[in-house]
Amino acid sequence: MAVKLKDLAQMEDKLVAGHGMCLGCGIPLIFKMILRATEDPIVVANATGCLEVCTTIFPRTAWNCMWVHSAFENAAATAAGVEAMFKALKNKGKIPADKKIKFLAVGGDGGTYDIGIQSLSGAMERGHDIVYVCYDNNVYANTGGQRSSATPLGASATTSPAGSKSPGKVQKKKDLTKILVAHNIPYVAQASPHRWQDLYNKAKKAFEVEGPAFLNVLCLCPTEWKYDESQGIKLAQLAADTCAWPLYEVENGKYKINYKPKEKKPVLEWLKPQGRFRHLFKEENAWMLEAIQKEVDRDWEDLNKLAEISGA
Amino acid sequence: MKATKILNGNQTIAEAVRQIDPDVIAAYPITPSTAIVEIIASFRADGLITGEFVCPESEHSAMSVCIGAASAGGRVMTATCSQGLALMWEMLYIAAGLRLPIVAAIANRALSAPINIHGDHSDTMGARDSGWIQIYSEDSQEAYDNFIQAFRIGEHPDVLTPVMVGFDGFIISHSAEVVQVEDDAAVKRFIGDFKPPYPLLDTNRKFTVGPIDFTDYYFEHKRNQIEGIENSPRVIEEVGKEFGRTFGRTYGFFEEYRTDDAEIGIVVMSSAAGTGKDAVDELRAEGKKIGLLKPRVFRPFPYRQIAEALKKMKAVAVLDRSSSPGAFGAPLFTEVRSALYDYEKRPKLVNYVYGLGGRDIKVEHFKEVAGKLEKIATTGKVDEMLGYLNLRE
Repeated sequence: MAVKLKDLAQMEDKLVAGHGMCLGCGIPLIFKMILRATEDPIVVANATGCLEVCTTIFPRTAWNCMWVHSAFENAAATAAGVEAMFKALKNKGKIPADKKIKFLAVGGDGGTYDIGIQSLSGAMERGHDIVYVCYDNNVYANTGGQRSSATPLGASATTSPAGSKSPGKVQKKKDLTKILVAHNIPYVAQASPHRWQDLYNKAKKAFEVEGPAFLNVLCLCPTEWKYDESQGIKLAQLAADTCAWPLYEVENGKYKINYKPKEKKPVLEWLKPQGRFRHLFKEENAWMLEAIQKEVDRDWEDLNKLAEISGA
Repeated sequence: MKATKILNGNQTIAEAVRQIDPDVIAAYPITPSTAIVEIIASFRADGLITGEFVCPESEHSAMSVCIGAASAGGRVMTATCSQGLALMWEMLYIAAGLRLPIVAAIANRALSAPINIHGDHSDTMGARDSGWIQIYSEDSQEAYDNFIQAFRIGEHPDVLTPVMVGFDGFIISHSAEVVQVEDDAAVKRFIGDFKPPYPLLDTNRKFTVGPIDFTDYYFEHKRNQIEGIENSPRVIEEVGKEFGRTFGRTYGFFEEYRTDDAEIGIVVMSSAAGTGKDAVDELRAEGKKIGLLKPRVFRPFPYRQIAEALKKMKAVAVLDRSSSPGAFGAPLFTEVRSALYDYEKRPKLVNYVYGLGGRDIKVEHFKEVAGKLEKIATTGKVDEMLGYLNLRE
């Protein structure tokens, strides 16, 4: 059953206009969609980061639903606490047994891949009925563009800058999605804002599933990726078409690839429009381009094998 | 039913937890407070408590779960100490800043390095500016009584401030004592219901908890927070009196022991006060005019009342079970000394650090201090402001 954009447009926004996010930022696109994927009331627990800072500058708020922020590394634990209280008050008869609330924990790649991975892992293992969404813009954007463990191989970031002796970040991006799969939770998926229907469906599944669910969403960041902000959605499409950011889901351990490009494009098509990869197109860094392509190819192949084993 | 039991500090706290049945308990095991968590888990397993018991993967997450749960709206507690409390540090300030009346039981323990599992006050003293109310207990009975009162104090609408209740690791946490455990229903009645003003689970409303303040609001919000703890002395007194009317044991900001005509005095908190009282009795029997003051509430610091209690003495020693390297004396000393600053007539003050890492303090050490105080009282001279007790130097 495909959702219609017309119907989604009728729904009330839970993240409203007036926030201070950058022109072309992927965050509002992602969350306006995700927050539409349930009709139940939502409590959002937000890690410190772009989304939190840009939406809640006191005395204003862009949140049209219950929202809490406590710190950077603990959105999962904070959401877990809210959910635990919900369960407790239901057990004690202080909240009606049929009352439904969804709990959404949100963090960027800094708050999720790096400083928050322990808290996230703990909450997932404990089986709280929460949905964790990572908006992965590959960088600590809130503090001005430092590398994270989600920064891709070869990208220039302020703490892994390209220089005469450096091709940018020399480490490969951490595969967080697979780490979450290893938690054996009911639902894990990767999505991207350019395929809004896929994103909506995944968020819906994540909300509906009983127990923890995790979404890793590629998040456009014109400020730190350094591209023409009017071209963001096309760029996200290129991430999927080059298989640099494959769209897939793992439901009860079964892998399913949700988008297979008819013709897999060379990864440089994804890299080229972005200033953070500009140095890779210098002659001396040609080896790095090759290395990146190799990594993407291998990962894509592995993912296909996993999907095949899963019978999808 | 009301009963006299033989329990150690951890068991008394667990008994209080069973009676209070907080809505959410999130705690991580750490020596010497581990048993609290284990007993709570067994209570949950046997259906003796109905609240949610969450076992997070660290103390940082334990306090984060407490913060999420308290923001959701309900009664929340944890138990920890030492490195665990240190790992919570960041979140302690946030719990206080968000005005969440979480209660923490702390089996006071030394901080690394060197790693040491025994009792001292370095952990909670380090958290003294975190915005939490701090109450210290001399024995298991006080730990039980203070823990129950902590909920009433923190949850008061004029206070809304988290509370930590300290009792000395091992010395109290692991020593069996005779404890009066009150009737379950009476404790529940005393505690009453807690109605948090801004529960996230009330989804008919919409609000934002924990937004970002810039230079234009942060200061005002911090001032509001300070007002909460400034409002607490009245509540601490009222709750202490009501506890006395209900259960027969009345509490104030501190306990005075034989201070009426005392010319010299010793200020000491927690378990060492028990030993101190024995020393005072022996010295009184020898005709020495000595008394002891045992602070119970360290935050908010009852500076006026303590100064009034000490001002007539000639010499006072403040005993600290923690140090503040490089400071003008250890934490309790600097507070007491500041409190007396405005008095023209005030005692000479000295500071002794004792018992770090669980080092024993005995009657003989109190007597050693008393001897020094007598000399100071006679000569009016302080040779050494800061000393160490029972230390090889």
